[in-house]
Amino acid sequence: MGYALQQLINGLTLGATYGLIAIGYTMVYGIIGMINFAHGEIYMIGAFLSVLTYVLCTALGLGPTPLVLLAMLFVSIAFTALYGWAVERIAYRPLRGAPRLAPLISAIGMSIFLQNYVQLTQGARIKSVPPLWQGSLSLWSADDFPVTIGWTQLTVVVVTLIVMTGFAWMITRTAFGRQQRACEQDPKMAALLGIDVDRTISLTFIIGAALAAVAGMMAVLQYGVIDFTIGFIAGIKAFTAAVLGGIGSIPGAMLGGLLIGLVEAFWSAYLSPEYKDVATFSILVLVLLFRPTGLLGKPDVEKV
Amino acid sequence: MLELQHVSAHYGPIQALAEVDLVVRAGEIVTLIGANGAGKSTLMTTLFGTPRASSGRILLEGEDITALPPHRIARRGMALVPEGRRVFAKMSVYENLLLGATPLDGAHVEENLRRVFSLFPVLETRRAQRAGTLSGGEQQMLAIGRALMSEPRLLLLDEPSLGLAPLVIRTIFRTIVALNREHGLTILLVEQNARQALKIAHRGYVLQNGRIVLEGSGAALLADPQVRAAYLDAAS
Ligand SMILES: Nc1ncnc2c1ncn2[C@@H]1O[C@H](COP(=O)(O)OP(=O)(O)O)[C@@H](O)[C@H]1O
Ligand SMILES: [Mg+2]
Repeated sequence: MGYALQQLINGLTLGATYGLIAIGYTMVYGIIGMINFAHGEIYMIGAFLSVLTYVLCTALGLGPTPLVLLAMLFVSIAFTALYGWAVERIAYRPLRGAPRLAPLISAIGMSIFLQNYVQLTQGARIKSVPPLWQGSLSLWSADDFPVTIGWTQLTVVVVTLIVMTGFAWMITRTAFGRQQRACEQDPKMAALLGIDVDRTISLTFIIGAALAAVAGMMAVLQYGVIDFTIGFIAGIKAFTAAVLGGIGSIPGAMLGGLLIGLVEAFWSAYLSPEYKDVATFSILVLVLLFRPTGLLGKPDVEKV
Repeated sequence: MLELQHVSAHYGPIQALAEVDLVVRAGEIVTLIGANGAGKSTLMTTLFGTPRASSGRILLEGEDITALPPHRIARRGMALVPEGRRVFAKMSVYENLLLGATPLDGAHVEENLRRVFSLFPVLETRRAQRAGTLSGGEQQMLAIGRALMSEPRLLLLDEPSLGLAPLVIRTIFRTIVALNREHGLTILLVEQNARQALKIAHRGYVLQNGRIVLEGSGAALLADPQVRAAYLDAAS
């Protein structure tokens, strides 16, 4: 019982990261109807940028204070957003209206480019950050198994909750969110109402990248080590989360992220940690085969 | 108010509008009639640059808008109620109306909401309902209300009576007349329902295969034997 509870906590922390990345996949799909294959790399860049900020702060003699963490978060968000914007401008916008295969290929090209670019500029070896703070909170002890949540885990969960709440508020309650959803449902009509659809698409990539940057920073906090390849696996898992939740559905992406995190945690704990990635990919295949619209996605009857 | 000078438009190789000349003066109701596929809807959306006019000029209140992007044109006092209504089905009535206010960047929202609700009280009672669950007539009212939220000086209506029950059609036509007579709104109305449209219009144009083949006052077109044969007798 205690062991299972512990896996629940681990799974939720893991799932928070996947959910943040998955939102980027689902929003971009919602508005341009295509998968952003460079999104995993955007997450990887977010992680690198937070490490670089940390290294810079250390060089300046600043210790791992909450202020440094905030700096890592905001620097990473700002620059990663810029990369997200660039991906749209370079790989997608020039090909708007082209056959669907063309932007798909240019996005994969973008993904390969970004990986190599980080490898060249940052080196191929793993980068590590010492655990910024250690220790954990003992929640309770069930069946003599102490259930704990690490401070970093707690940080990850709290930050994710705040970011997701703010994001949900923006999409459902603000004028921008309304315009974003309008572009998603009927871009031509949105333009006829004075909405700048190109700008809205740019902002969608920017927001997706910002959320991926948060996820990247959370990964740095949790694992302490990154390298230029982490975007690939995390990207596929978050993509699976988005498909599981229903591609195009934002609540679906959050839910899918949590479920994938839980599956991975329980699979590792009870079956085999070596094959945890297989579990995720099997889910991807099964969902695509039996319920391509995902858990919260609806068949596209309403789209004209 | 609005002037088209020799406007042509194409979909790829297909020509949809050929050298169209058309004028809408301030305070008028002008109607555009024509068979299915004549290019009426194309004319409406070409005004907004989709598709862009391949030749000719479009002037709105004396200014050349031919090359402006659609969302900029929409901010110049011209609003379209498109064919098929195109309300945002997954959003509430209220959200649809707020989206209509986009060109004003959120100014006068409360006043304009009140005006729209007094014009179409049913929209107020359905305020929180998803637009996709409204009846056809209610959706048409919402589409008109959404256009009015931007305080347009020129309102474009593309077949507002399409697929509606006779009673609802009467309401819609009455509203169009009231908007023009009482609020001084200039209106360009595309209709299949030629008889009713010509009755309320000051002037009309007949479009055939992308060309204007006839123009005249509403009454003159109603009496024109060619128009009667092609668009009135067959339809009713
Ligand atoms: N999106 C489009 N792509 C290609 N051809 C189109 C498109 N829309 C309309 N057309 C063609 O342009 C012509 C005019 O259509 P339309 O403007 O919709 O006519 P109307 O509104 O008078 O029924 C028709 O021949 C139609 O097939
Ligand atoms: Mg039409």
